[in-house]
Amino acid sequence: MVHGELWTVKELFVYPNEYIYWSVQIVMYPFMTGLVAGAFVLSSLYHVFGIKQLREMARFALVFSFALLFVAPMPIVLHLQYPFRGVNIFMTPHFTSAIAAFGIVFSAYGAIVASELWFLYRKHFVEVALPLKEKQDKSLLEWLKFIVFCSLTLGVYDVSEETLKRDEKAIRVLAAIGIPVACFLHGYAGFIFGSVKANALWMTPLMPVIFIMSAIVSGIALCMLTYIITMELRKWLWSRKKSSYRYMESKQELAGVEVNVIRITAKYLLMFLVLAITLELLDLIFRGYTAVKSWDVIRSVIYGRDFTDIFVLQYAIGNLIPLIIFLLPGLTIRRAVIGVCFVIFGVFMMRWNVVIGGQAFSLTFAGYMHYHLPIVPQDWETFKEGLAGALSIALMPFPLFWVMSKIFPVFDAKESH
Amino acid sequence: MINRRDFLKNTAKGIAGIALPLAAFEIFNPGKLFADKSDSSKVRYVFLIDTYKCVGCGMCVKACKHENEIPYDANVTRTWVERYVMTKEGETFADTPKGARDGFTTSRIDLGGGKFQDIRQKDIEKAFFVPKLCNQCENPPCVQVCPVGATYQAPDGVVMVDRTWCIGCGYCIMGCPYGVRFFHPVYHTAEKCNFCYHRITKGLKTACVQACPFGARQLGNIKDPADPVTKIIMTERVGILKEEYGTKPQAFYLGLDREVK
Repeated sequence: MVHGELWTVKELFVYPNEYIYWSVQIVMYPFMTGLVAGAFVLSSLYHVFGIKQLREMARFALVFSFALLFVAPMPIVLHLQYPFRGVNIFMTPHFTSAIAAFGIVFSAYGAIVASELWFLYRKHFVEVALPLKEKQDKSLLEWLKFIVFCSLTLGVYDVSEETLKRDEKAIRVLAAIGIPVACFLHGYAGFIFGSVKANALWMTPLMPVIFIMSAIVSGIALCMLTYIITMELRKWLWSRKKSSYRYMESKQELAGVEVNVIRITAKYLLMFLVLAITLELLDLIFRGYTAVKSWDVIRSVIYGRDFTDIFVLQYAIGNLIPLIIFLLPGLTIRRAVIGVCFVIFGVFMMRWNVVIGGQAFSLTFAGYMHYHLPIVPQDWETFKEGLAGALSIALMPFPLFWVMSKIFPVFDAKESH
Repeated sequence: MINRRDFLKNTAKGIAGIALPLAAFEIFNPGKLFADKSDSSKVRYVFLIDTYKCVGCGMCVKACKHENEIPYDANVTRTWVERYVMTKEGETFADTPKGARDGFTTSRIDLGGGKFQDIRQKDIEKAFFVPKLCNQCENPPCVQVCPVGATYQAPDGVVMVDRTWCIGCGYCIMGCPYGVRFFHPVYHTAEKCNFCYHRITKGLKTACVQACPFGARQLGNIKDPADPVTKIIMTERVGILKEEYGTKPQAFYLGLDREVK
């Protein structure tokens, strides 16, 4: 069977070779990179602009962004017909292609986040490594920990006040450089779509900007959600084993911090959400107003075939309801959870409507294609380009984050600065 | 403790050491890799399709599938024929069942999903067939978007795919406004019409040109003023497909209708 034939249903006049070639993994790709960029921008709000209230969130967001970073290229790998040839992009980058820049942008961004993390946690590494170094009879686990943290210090054990001050300056500089690079990382994902002149729905210079805005929205929302979950876990752990648990804050104290952080972060979420909606509506209005050749078919997709996906799932549930939830005064944790879940869902639907919606009509402008997501995997292809593949990608960051938080503790303020 | 001088020295050495193997990776230019063909610059292959002569028999599609080893029953094809039917009421119908591999065996229009539209003979205002194939564009968007340079344009204008280097991302398929590209069902790499490059470079005709019983398809060299195809393109009124994309397609049509998609 031809690739794409399994999940594509054609209607009316469609060219014989047309199928939905870019399926759910290409929806996941901008969704995941968006989360990376968004989480990083959130952490930079504290480091660069000195928004003190976000201090607690900043460290959390940075580590989470690092965990997400490793997942971001996975959808592409799963999508490729030859995953092992993916390295060709690094070997022979063909720079007229937007995808060729991936290697450079991605590694540059990874290097920035890694170095920022190093400066942020340098003191912590030293504080863990030094006592282990002096300890005489180390157990195997301690040996392992010693080797890991010792190498993480990169041989720098100087943690005097003065050097720590310099570290902070380095973090600020890195975070400042990181913002445009993070925006570039994601804006360029938008460019991949926006520059396809053959696709009437994708081709707009607004695409990168729309992608960046919705990326920041989704990144902040996911950070808030994960933050709330971890805080609730801490509260639960605290009440379960009060004495043995090493965090000694009281439960009320934790809850107070939690609500405060969430309320502040929600304000920034709201700001970027409004920007994202404005840009998306601008794009829609502009298309309708200029009404070029492709508008007839695009209109029939937007207002007809994909009406539920776009106006109900994306705009109403994903944008309008969270907007109301966050605008109403006295935001509670429970309401915030509902709000951010809707926001994340809304951004996912936006990616879906761009990627799948862009292939919902034929290049002939006289036919349509319907996408049927493979739910139950029958073979490797229906696994990786189906629901199972998408879910594995969506869940992958969380275990990674858990492992990373063992090395970069996201909460204990005393251990790092 | 390492001093500044040593640090700088070692850094320089380290960078030099890393740079050396990096030099092994040359950003390759597909044009350069292309085997040198003498007088290649004097050739620019173009295609001429006379839609008045096409009867939609589908011999070209059959011949192409056999010649280029595109699985016969797979629903993809390097070339295909479209049928357009305009009614007196101003409606336009178009279809290409199986790319017209078996020709058009029924007068009913294939609407997809197993549905067909019957159009009474007396309601038809006009009807015609349009063969399609790769336009071997002068400004090919598929070549532009390939991230690894696996698809490239030969100096004679033909765009080809390197099956050993294609990663299968599908960006070129999305980038082509004419829908001529697809994934090969066996090789799983991007696939497209290449004017039967293995034949034309030996002076043979393409499989579809050879198979066409009515001479609706012709291959020519636009750089040769004596070429009959060139003469037609230069002296008669020919049309091209989807000019608005700026791809400068090199397949020219006689008798192109505004309704052709």
